Amino acid sequence: MSNTAAPVLSVQNLRVSFDTQDGTVRAVDDISFDVYAGETICIVGESGSGKSVMAGSIMRLNNSSTATTEGKILVNGIDVLTASEEEVRGIRGSEVAMIFQDPMSALNPYFTIGKQIAEAYVVHHPGASKREVHDVVLAMMIKVGIPSPEKRIDEYPHQFSGGMRQRIVIAIALVNNPKILIADEPTTALDVTVQAQILDLMMSLQKEFGMTIILITHDLGVVAEVAQDVIVMYAGHIVEQSHVDALFHSPTHPYSWGLLGSVASYGANKRGDLYTISGSPPSLISLPAGCAFHPRCVHSKGSGNACMTVQPKLRDVGTDGSRSACHLTDDVLISIGRGSDRS
Amino acid sequence: MFLFVVRRLFFAVVLLLAVSVFTYLLFALLPTDPAALSCGIHCKPETVLANRIRLGYDKPILEQYWHFLRGIFVGRDYGFGQTAFSCPAPSLGYSFNQHACVTALIGETFPVTAFLAIGAFVLWMIIGIGVGAIAALNKGKWQDRFATGFAAVGVSLPTFYIGLLVLFSVVIWFQILPFPSYESPLDNFSAFITAMILPWLVLAVLSAASYTRLTRNGMLEAMNEDFVRLGVAKGLRLRVILSRYVMRQALIPIVTIAGLDFAGLLGGAIITESVFSLPGMGRMSIRAVVDSDLPVLVGTTMVAAVFIVLANVIVDITYGFLDPRVRVS
Amino acid sequence: MSSDVALQAVDLVKHFPTGSKGLLGRPDKSVRAVDGVSFTLRKGKTLGIVGESGCGKSTLARVVTRLIEPTSGNILLDGVDITKTSGKDLRNMRRQMQMIFQDPVSSLNPRHSVGQIIAMPLRVQGLLDEEHSNERVKELMKLVGLNPEHFNRYPHEFSGGQRQRIGIARSLALNPTVIVADEPVSALDVSVQAQILNLLERLQSDLGLSMIFIAHDLSVVRHIADDVAVMYLGKIVEIGPAEEVYASPAHPYTKALLSAVPIHDPSERGGPGRIRLQGDVPSPIDPPSGCRFRTRCWKATDLCGAVEPPLQAEASGRVVACHFPEETPVSIGKSPE
Repeated sequence: MSNTAAPVLSVQNLRVSFDTQDGTVRAVDDISFDVYAGETICIVGESGSGKSVMAGSIMRLNNSSTATTEGKILVNGIDVLTASEEEVRGIRGSEVAMIFQDPMSALNPYFTIGKQIAEAYVVHHPGASKREVHDVVLAMMIKVGIPSPEKRIDEYPHQFSGGMRQRIVIAIALVNNPKILIADEPTTALDVTVQAQILDLMMSLQKEFGMTIILITHDLGVVAEVAQDVIVMYAGHIVEQSHVDALFHSPTHPYSWGLLGSVASYGANKRGDLYTISGSPPSLISLPAGCAFHPRCVHSKGSGNACMTVQPKLRDVGTDGSRSACHLTDDVLISIGRGSDRS
Repeated sequence: MFLFVVRRLFFAVVLLLAVSVFTYLLFALLPTDPAALSCGIHCKPETVLANRIRLGYDKPILEQYWHFLRGIFVGRDYGFGQTAFSCPAPSLGYSFNQHACVTALIGETFPVTAFLAIGAFVLWMIIGIGVGAIAALNKGKWQDRFATGFAAVGVSLPTFYIGLLVLFSVVIWFQILPFPSYESPLDNFSAFITAMILPWLVLAVLSAASYTRLTRNGMLEAMNEDFVRLGVAKGLRLRVILSRYVMRQALIPIVTIAGLDFAGLLGGAIITESVFSLPGMGRMSIRAVVDSDLPVLVGTTMVAAVFIVLANVIVDITYGFLDPRVRVS
Repeated sequence: MSSDVALQAVDLVKHFPTGSKGLLGRPDKSVRAVDGVSFTLRKGKTLGIVGESGCGKSTLARVVTRLIEPTSGNILLDGVDITKTSGKDLRNMRRQMQMIFQDPVSSLNPRHSVGQIIAMPLRVQGLLDEEHSNERVKELMKLVGLNPEHFNRYPHEFSGGQRQRIGIARSLALNPTVIVADEPVSALDVSVQAQILNLLERLQSDLGLSMIFIAHDLSVVRHIADDVAVMYLGKIVEIGPAEEVYASPAHPYTKALLSAVPIHDPSERGGPGRIRLQGDVPSPIDPPSGCRFRTRCWKATDLCGAVEPPLQAEASGRVVACHFPEETPVSIGKSPE
């Protein structure tokens, strides 16, 4: 993150809330981060952490009638949140593209896949000839590894398997060579062998196209496979932002410790209790005061009342660029983070 | 797809046959004697008997049915010698009350019903889908509340009540239009329009209500689909997303119901025709019920059944065109 | 049959009729969801069944518990064939074998209180009067880590993990000996998954349960299973002690499946010998001849298309259905960390 170039994406003090019958859901609460060209950044968190809502805001996809969005999201110097509809449409699909979780429902069932890829190209290349569009679509289908593309270009989504559909969604996303690709749980709905294929494909296409990937996932295995930088989200906040090696080897937030502990021991072929985080994530309508994680945190008693009253700010911890939002002192965070038994 | 169409048509024919058997048998089982009804109250027993033979009601019920069925394809002759007359194919029987072939009676009344149905249908699709779409695009705002209210009121108000109310207010109190008196559009087009405008509007506005609801809910549901989100993420214009993504999905259930509603209307808009005294098939059916004019009832029932079965087939085939998941498997 | 066997499946088959052709539209094909599956569940142990979607593992769970009838084959519960039982015997069988479902939301009746839900099996079986069942419900709630005071609450008042605990309590109400758990943690968040896995392990050792644990997540199965069976297109391709299967898979599919599991540490990235399968799983309506995996297997020869490899024991003691199994060490070495 010691990049001197301007970020391709800058999220500044983003807050997103939804009005519901039960009250105001604060899905994203004051988060800021920068993303630089060509990097792969993973945003990891459990359900309700706000990661998908945050991703939706980058392209202004959230329902504007119920969602209230504050802050700034700068793409190419344009603030997506205040830009005109025309400007945002110019960014969507061209500067920033998106892959969704469920390939079974992400494609329009009423049109051939050729038409759907072409549509994404034509909207940003209005002058393109039919011939050119056809060639672009075929080339894209080949790039994402769809066998016999000449035949399959005229088929409908339901004639494809889940993995193949996700490849088509990727083809749609990359057809305009975007600078940023947002992938929202792109492999969660897929089987492991297909997940491996899709992750490989995304990584090799990143090499070819050079785009930045923002990958949203709940799966730390996927993070370990592809990420350079990782943002850990909990209850609408960023609790840790670290380089991937730092996160896995010396995480600096109690929530990260718990998350890693919950899965890390799967890898070992031993039975025995998994480390668990007690309780469950809080309601976003009535978040706990202070640090949102404190009711589930085994360390919160050790540092007085600050955890219950003051919301911790994201700050640099240690020397490897990690940032953490925790009231524990740097020394404590580093020494527990490096230790094998973080509980 | 071809096989699908053939199979659908085959079942449609089987279904129509079954409908004809049931209607015919049901009416044959009624206690009324069509031969006695055919010549009034002061009828001599000999005349009744003669009529019975002439109309074929002396034969066993299955044979009667066979003659009826045959008549549809080759026409039918009644009686012998001087009193003989015939109804050409497709013959649906002979009404002694009205002294006319049922087919000819339907031929006279059906155009009225068809004009009513087509006009009302076009109007109600425009109103229903239009208002529904406006509501969906303005969810939660006053347009939406108005549309939802309109749908609730429209669905719950009965045609005969609103029909009479409109008739009284427009024609009798405010005298904006003359009392509707039907004329064929070929003879007097402006009189035709004057007579039809009120029934069209009443039928359209009341039927549109359920389409408003369907369109609104279908569109709102479609707007939450992932593929619509992907459409937005592609950078498509709102207009394109609405037509190619949202409406395409929302219209599918509407096509089904619209097809069946329209077919039902072609079988006779009984209440509307009666309220506005339009000489259509619906009003004729009602009169036939009152007069126990069984041949006319069998005929109109069959015609209505044909429309409904046909509409079902057409809806199914349209489905295949609208949804590739049905067409290509 | 030896006495340490809790449940045995012999050549289980489940075909679902599908497709329609001809004027009358009769089904003319069948989905061969489970196509000749045999396994043994040892008493007090956990048999993990893994495989990708469409491999038939969930159908297998439903067949084994007789929620659906097998097309053919036998299920021996404690040595008694339960495929033909009905009436009272079937009720007794259901007492011995209970199921835990994947979705803790849809498997609980939203209009019943937690107490009613957990007591339902007792009522259905006519085992307890109102008063005693309340005691039992509270006992069960305590057992699965729920607050017994909450027995009057409704499912929507609980979190996902707690709802799965309710489902577990319900399945334990009749003191079953065998539990069939179909993807019990896959709908849960990671931190909650770990809680439920720990609970299942604790209950198993405390109550001496035998468990069939079905999951697509190989890491979860590795953690909890003693034995593991790997399914592909309706058949078991490899079965054996979990440690051995994970440390040195003998079937190429097992090897590929394990190698597709994401790594647990970024420093392992780009490690050697990762296998990437091409293509997708073929349709279970018309599976490939011979070995069903041959269309995606890098070792396949003509023999694989002609002859279906039987599930048989290798020299190492592993049971595998492959003409060209991977080399496996005869003695089990230390597994890599």
